[in-house]
Amino acid sequence: MILKNSRTPIVIIATIIAFYSCAPVREYQKSRLNDGEMELSSRQVQKTEQNFQSYREGASGANGGKTGGGCGCN
Amino acid sequence: MKKICLVVVGIYIHLFAAFSQTPDSVNYKTRKLKIDEINFVSSYYHQDGNNSAVTGGIGIESLHDYANILEVKLSKYDKYKYKHEWDANIGIDYYTSASSDNIDPNTVSSPSHEDVRFYPSLTHTITNEKKGLSVGLTGSYSIESDYQSRGIAANFSTTSHDKSREFSAKAQAYLDEVRIILPVELRTATTGGLYGAPNEHDYPWLHRNSYSSSFTLSQIVNQRFQMMVLFDLVYQEGFLSLPFHRIYFKDNSETTEHLPSTRFKIPIGVRANYFLGDQFIIRAYYRYYQDDWGLVAHTADIETPIKITPFFSISPFYRFYTQKGIRYFAPYREHLESDEYYSSNYDLSSFNSHFFGVGFRTMPPKGVLGIPQITMFELRYGHYITTNTLYADVITLNVRFK
Repeated sequence: MILKNSRTPIVIIATIIAFYSCAPVREYQKSRLNDGEMELSSRQVQKTEQNFQSYREGASGANGGKTGGGCGCN
Repeated sequence: MKKICLVVVGIYIHLFAAFSQTPDSVNYKTRKLKIDEINFVSSYYHQDGNNSAVTGGIGIESLHDYANILEVKLSKYDKYKYKHEWDANIGIDYYTSASSDNIDPNTVSSPSHEDVRFYPSLTHTITNEKKGLSVGLTGSYSIESDYQSRGIAANFSTTSHDKSREFSAKAQAYLDEVRIILPVELRTATTGGLYGAPNEHDYPWLHRNSYSSSFTLSQIVNQRFQMMVLFDLVYQEGFLSLPFHRIYFKDNSETTEHLPSTRFKIPIGVRANYFLGDQFIIRAYYRYYQDDWGLVAHTADIETPIKITPFFSISPFYRFYTQKGIRYFAPYREHLESDEYYSSNYDLSSFNSHFFGVGFRTMPPKGVLGIPQITMFELRYGHYITTNTLYADVITLNVRFK
């Protein structure tokens, strides 16, 4: 069902290519990756925004936050 | 329902068994429980629009919400050198809603005119740092006047030896209850809330359960670039409508929203962060979403923190969202009585939205304003507009203590 969407396979293929083009990074080379702004998870201030978006929009999930349930939201 | 909770707990216990080993008596070192950090988050949200579902898809949507969250993170090592972390959250929201006041416009204040939502949660995570494994269990609760929720979740994550890749999985269940408060003109002696009847406040409750499994895979690509793939499977069952959402049919007869009793959602997201030069960071996110009510959505988000100094950054951001609405939506007086399901909730209609704003963040090594206990201060403002007349402003503050 999802693969019928024309853009989804492109994103999946691009992601696979990115994962396989990885170079080994040693601990002392991670100064930029360890910067607070480089965190992959959502920050606390973004979670409050995700909360109102889960009420006002039909879609939710895949962002480390709520996937549905736990509140009167969609 | 109970079986699913037991399965979640069972998974947790099973994963915990993978940690079994004998105490390390040679390198034994007592570690006391310590506070890692305390976060205080406060936000103010205001919205308005002209498509309130309470009045059948027309009418004001004015709402003010004040949210405050206190998060305390604690940790300690046990005799096996496993790291135990506790993340305790307490949240309180206070909101006023003009549209909800139209559930019963005859009263000074109807049940949802103003409300308080209280939502504590506690997560316990145990990490074997040597093996790069961790397991966790979360319990959560949420209550407001017409909704309550009990949540349980178990999670597992494993990190590669070089710490460049991490996989995590989470199983989660929310066992919710919706209080069936009908619009005043539709109340009868059996629905509760009928004035003068003995059951004036005896509104019934109906269940709404949500079960989800979430998977994430993160990968360091090179010294400047890392990314994450997020995938959820969500199944909801029970009363998925809201009882005070009015529906006006073409013949002007009236009822309340009626939606299917199950919903299956599949969101897939990709997050990628890139450090450009020495001052610029690009944080990008894309999500594809689809469910069996016919809703299809795309979300694209970009944030570009600019590091003015190593400890102070300004982050402009922009988020675009588009959705094709559910097949059961129709505007005011466009549903037919012969329709099987109906909703005039514009949150589930087709629309685009734009969300943009800026954030400021400082983490000085000697503490904010020279106070060493305050390690981080972040302020963020965003403006939200949709193509169906709704607009909103949100301002959020996060102060971190250590």
